[in-house]
Amino acid sequence: MAVVKLLGAWTSPYVYRVIWALKLKGIPYEYIEEDLSNKSPLLLQYNPIHKKIPVLVHDGKPICESTIILQYIDEIWPQNSLLPTDPYDRAVARFWIKFADDKSPSISKLYRTGGEEQEKAVKECLEMLETIEEHGLIGGKKFFGGDKINMVDMAFSSVAHWLEVIQEVAGVKVFEAQKFPRLNTWIQNFKQVPIIKENLPDRDKMLALLKHRRKMLLASK
Amino acid sequence: MEGENKVILHGTWSSPYAKRVELALKLKGIPFLYVEEDLKNKSLLLLNYNPVHKKVPVLVHNGKPLAESLCIIEYIDETCNNSPQLLPKDPYERAQVRFWTIFIQQKLYETMLTVMKSAGEAQEKAIKELLEKLQVLEEGMKGFFPDGSPVISNQNMGILEIMICSLLGPYKLQEEVLGVKIIDPEKTPLLVSWLTAINELPLVKESAPPRDKTVALLKFVTENALKSSSA
Repeated sequence: MAVVKLLGAWTSPYVYRVIWALKLKGIPYEYIEEDLSNKSPLLLQYNPIHKKIPVLVHDGKPICESTIILQYIDEIWPQNSLLPTDPYDRAVARFWIKFADDKSPSISKLYRTGGEEQEKAVKECLEMLETIEEHGLIGGKKFFGGDKINMVDMAFSSVAHWLEVIQEVAGVKVFEAQKFPRLNTWIQNFKQVPIIKENLPDRDKMLALLKHRRKMLLASK
Repeated sequence: MEGENKVILHGTWSSPYAKRVELALKLKGIPFLYVEEDLKNKSLLLLNYNPVHKKVPVLVHNGKPLAESLCIIEYIDETCNNSPQLLPKDPYERAQVRFWTIFIQQKLYETMLTVMKSAGEAQEKAIKELLEKLQVLEEGMKGFFPDGSPVISNQNMGILEIMICSLLGPYKLQEEVLGVKIIDPEKTPLLVSWLTAINELPLVKESAPPRDKTVALLKFVTENALKSSSA
């Protein structure tokens, strides 16, 4: 019986954060795919309050919320650390992770909404990208983590991979390479990291699924 | 050496977020300089220190600025070994404390804001939601206080106490001014005894803003809510 289990959904960037962290540290785990339209008794038992994925189960003990899971993983298995060792740099990293967590939902709003609501989501996304470009990627580092990716890079993964697909589904253009040169360079570098490259949801499958979801959501409004 | 370990906190008297950091510093016995910001006329320093959000609180430690109250509190806990320990050392317990910290921040704070800023039916709905969420918190806290009677001191107060205190510490005053009940002692007795124990600490009492200022602010907020709901 696996010591580490991960309950997830194949399109969720929050789940991938945990997958990358476990793989970077060489931690074997059992992955359990959840059907979010028909949540399993296991998920409801392990995350009764939010009923969301990802959930990490370590020796039978559940941990919820991807950022909390990542910090837990980093503390239990310190090899290939995901946060800076210097406390000040660590606090700055946590600042950016919080920023990513607070602002990223605007990305999925792009395909879940239409009309005025979608326009608002476009504006929010643009502001987020401008902030990262202006304040987050200064200093000429390859990644937020320096030469290697760390938790902050993982926190911005939805900008790197999901945004592009969602733009196509939603029929909006938010990210343009020439408008965000630093961000563009970071995205290209991030997607070349082997752990990331080998562990991303299939683009075409995701495109089809999100198009379908958008159709259903807009029809129900 | 002069200038070593120089700590400055930029805040406003009414910000619960700044209050959290103030409590953390005082609990650890860390001397600091407090700078009251005028949010209608933000200092250049503040705008420089927190260009992303332009908000308080900002902690400046030996000239290096940090923003976001929870990031600041973890930083304080990691760099100052004085008791109390604001987060547990055990990784699983830390994860539990972080979970409830986020719960209080994301579920209770938002709902509380709606309660304060709305009126009539909208407010009733928000209060119902708040009471439900407080019930969830009550259940969660049973895990932390299994014998049902929290004993809080300057030595064991942690980030969860700081969080609940900055939000609901003045709940009796809030209920008085809003004219509504936001905590039901029969449904959430543990929460009430926890808050009472926290509020009894001299450090917490002396850190609370003056009663009349809080009342004036709450009245201002509710009056605006009534105006906009009857427009």
